[in-house]
Amino acid sequence: MMRQITLGLLAAGLVPLHAQAADRAAVLDTYADIAEAGYADSLATAQVLRQAVGELVAAPSQATLDAARAAWRAARVPYQQTEVFRFGNPIVDDWEGRVNAWPLDEGLIDYVDPGYGGATDENEYAALNVIANPSFTLSGETVDAAEITPALISEVLHEADGVEANVASGYHAIEFLLWGQDLNGTGPGAGNRPWTDYAAGADCTGGNCDRRAQYLLAATDLLVSDLGYMAAQWAEGGAARAALLADPDAGIAAMLTGMGSLSYGEQAGERMKLGLMLNDPEEEHDCFSDNTHMSHYYDGLGVRNVYLGTYVRVDGSTVAGPSLSDLVAAADPELDARLKAELDATMAALTAIRDAAEGGFSYDMMLAQGDARGEALIMAGVDALVTQTRSIERAVAALGLDKVAFEGSDSLDNPEAVFQ
Amino acid sequence: MPAAGTWRAGLVALALSLPAAAGSPAADAADLAGDAAGDPAGGGAGLSGGLSGVLARDLAGDPHLDAVPRTADEAARVRAVTAPATDFSAPEPYESRPGGAATVRARTNADAFSQPSANMSFDDELLFKVGNGLFRKTWVSSPSSTLASDGLGPLYNARGCQSCHIKDGRGHPPPPGAEAAGPLFLRISVPAPPDAPLSELEAYLAALDGGVSRARPDPVYGSQLQDLAVAGLPAEYRLGITYEEFPVPLSGGETAMLRRPAYAALDLGYGPLAPGAMLSPRVAPPMIGLGLLEAVPAADILAQEDPDDADGDGISGRANVVWDAASGRPLLGRFGLKAGIATVREQAAAAFAGDIGISSPLHPKGWGECTAAQAACRAAPHGGGDARGTEIDGHGLDLVTFYSRNLAVPARRDPGDPDVLRGKSVFYETGCAACHRPKFVTHRLAGQPEQSFQLIWPYTDLLLHDMGEGLADNRPEARATGREWRTAPLWGIGLTGQVGGQSTFLHDGRARSLLEAILWHGGEAEAARQRVVAMPPADRAALIRFLESL
Repeated sequence: MMRQITLGLLAAGLVPLHAQAADRAAVLDTYADIAEAGYADSLATAQVLRQAVGELVAAPSQATLDAARAAWRAARVPYQQTEVFRFGNPIVDDWEGRVNAWPLDEGLIDYVDPGYGGATDENEYAALNVIANPSFTLSGETVDAAEITPALISEVLHEADGVEANVASGYHAIEFLLWGQDLNGTGPGAGNRPWTDYAAGADCTGGNCDRRAQYLLAATDLLVSDLGYMAAQWAEGGAARAALLADPDAGIAAMLTGMGSLSYGEQAGERMKLGLMLNDPEEEHDCFSDNTHMSHYYDGLGVRNVYLGTYVRVDGSTVAGPSLSDLVAAADPELDARLKAELDATMAALTAIRDAAEGGFSYDMMLAQGDARGEALIMAGVDALVTQTRSIERAVAALGLDKVAFEGSDSLDNPEAVFQ
Repeated sequence: MPAAGTWRAGLVALALSLPAAAGSPAADAADLAGDAAGDPAGGGAGLSGGLSGVLARDLAGDPHLDAVPRTADEAARVRAVTAPATDFSAPEPYESRPGGAATVRARTNADAFSQPSANMSFDDELLFKVGNGLFRKTWVSSPSSTLASDGLGPLYNARGCQSCHIKDGRGHPPPPGAEAAGPLFLRISVPAPPDAPLSELEAYLAALDGGVSRARPDPVYGSQLQDLAVAGLPAEYRLGITYEEFPVPLSGGETAMLRRPAYAALDLGYGPLAPGAMLSPRVAPPMIGLGLLEAVPAADILAQEDPDDADGDGISGRANVVWDAASGRPLLGRFGLKAGIATVREQAAAAFAGDIGISSPLHPKGWGECTAAQAACRAAPHGGGDARGTEIDGHGLDLVTFYSRNLAVPARRDPGDPDVLRGKSVFYETGCAACHRPKFVTHRLAGQPEQSFQLIWPYTDLLLHDMGEGLADNRPEARATGREWRTAPLWGIGLTGQVGGQSTFLHDGRARSLLEAILWHGGEAEAARQRVVAMPPADRAALIRFLESL
């Protein structure tokens, strides 16, 4: 069951009630409700994307390609807000690579620019080009790819030969099929795939337009079915919800661990700081569409959603309930105020990145070596995410969760446990 | 099933290829080591004189670690908790967490070996993730617009760490007909000329053991063969592999098929190999638990040494020794298939230099493994000399080192399953645990909370053992003979296929199953192998089941 409350009601005074009533199980309920709503929204927007992709394939034109791209961007909005659930929830963590893996060797899927490097020795399938090859050899076995199906993508191609970059499914594979390679390096511009890559007959560019369309449809069908699976895991009676609720203290610890791990190591570290260190546009999360700023923004928002126990759905309604913030405020009001301010500061920094990118200074341009403005924008985001994680750690302590926050906190320093 | 211990009676004495001790090596080595010998911290309990005593004194300081010496009380607790299992009716306490508090949940997908230590702080998670970025990145040849990523080669086996350590796990040999050898390459060396001066390590080992195998890199090809090169340069070779299948009859009418590999260095790009060249095939080993292995007190490893088989169990066990040029001291070898490397940082730097051709502060030459005889290779553009200094700078190397130390060992899946417990009992009775030593406790470490004072279950003694002619590469490496290999850790081995897509084992991936891997054991393990061949099929199945649960 999902509590849908309008912002008006919140303003009318439900928050203090939450604070009084907030027990850990109720906070977990809110978290699970937000996950359920987030994955349901991700599913619904992916279905809209599927519709748009169907129209592109049925009637290729600049207009239908633009509509499909817009639908892809819209689908990222709710999905990125669910990333925070990946950390701390095994069911999500084991599944996530199917839908959001990155970065990818796009030559596995389709034609690439000759400057891309061709069949690299690093990854012999980096230029496999499934779209152009109805039959090919993989790990010594002949694969029949005459028909490109969701099963072929998920069971044969994805992470082919154990190579992580052989990403064949998920948002970023679809992104590549809609935008194509971004050949502008750290200069302006995103991928520029012509709509004629889906045109019939003599108008077809890039070759094999029918197979490209088949791949795009199959990958989008697969995304819809994967998201449907995850939405069900969080529905009433779903396995992810049940696992979370089984142990309230461990569940609360998982919420905080998820917030901290996404903020610090994943977002500040791997997705932001690493790209700056390497000055490499390949380290851009949404590199074909230049949508990275949006992914970062909604990742950050997802963390704040979990703390505040609030999620604004795609349709504008709000899911809200007793929150982590309520729990922390009861234990340490100063810490709660500080963490809320820090989460806001992160959103301000991510908003600055977003606004700059929307204004033409795209995220890959910010990564250019020696670009002081880009570095300052990105580092402000990194610093804010690091700062909020300090307070997340303090919140773990304030709620007395130190012992359950990490897996396997038993050690030899607990002699009673070892020498019982 | 024989009772534990009874098998020793039937053991065939093995002629080990150890050099005979001449004179008084212990005294010589003591003189040679001189004042460099530190105070052995960490309680080398049970040690007494002899070779092990000398090594214990010289190596036990663990200068690569910031270790807090154990108290007598702690040493006693450690001895108790690492005693071999005697009760197989239930799992031992903590057995389900082979990496101690660093153990992670066993993921059900290919990411099972790619998780950070579970007891890691958020701060350190950032270091881990950025280190991961460097570990999975693809290096490009110079000159390139992506300055931070160039410097590949000029000779190389791979363009990134991840391409051989597949998903942080084990590499596998190339499929038949593959263009590139991928995660399998050949190390190469030649016998040292008789008049070549002794290296410091050789002098130390000669004094210690009364003799030493002396080898040098091939004068043209260096110490490993690279099958790839940047544009404009010939690669060094193409790897040729052929396999010959042969049956091994087992009890109960079962038969196992093994494949015996033969390797050839084909299409040599720089002329013939030097006379007497020795080649050793290697596949990339899995990356999990390395920081924990690095943190095991050397004294505890050396305490297992039995170079002259004084206890008569047919198992010798010798430590490999590495010379640390910086401190002018010997270190215990722990990493690599012959334990030829002492620390995770040096292992990472050596792999960057030899496998990818990336320079670092420890191996600063931008030309990687090109020798003076490969002049065009040395003259090719490389990536050093910019703001990074070397192609990966000290900071980058630190990040990769940190990442490599903290790839966590997954939890056991079902240590309490009755078949698993039965298999565990067979594992002990068969004698596997004599070398695949189940338990250690790591040092208490000042700056490494993730690895500090953990009870770990790596199933290795980190020592060298004669594995017989079938596995021999006949290429010595420091103290290791051409028949010796370091006992491979077994933790995580049951997840090999899930992570890497293939279940292949041993130093060159020749074994296609755990049973095949067992059946390749010879030398010191010959008696154990024979017991596996002869045991009732149900016991054999239980043994495999146990290994799969690791």
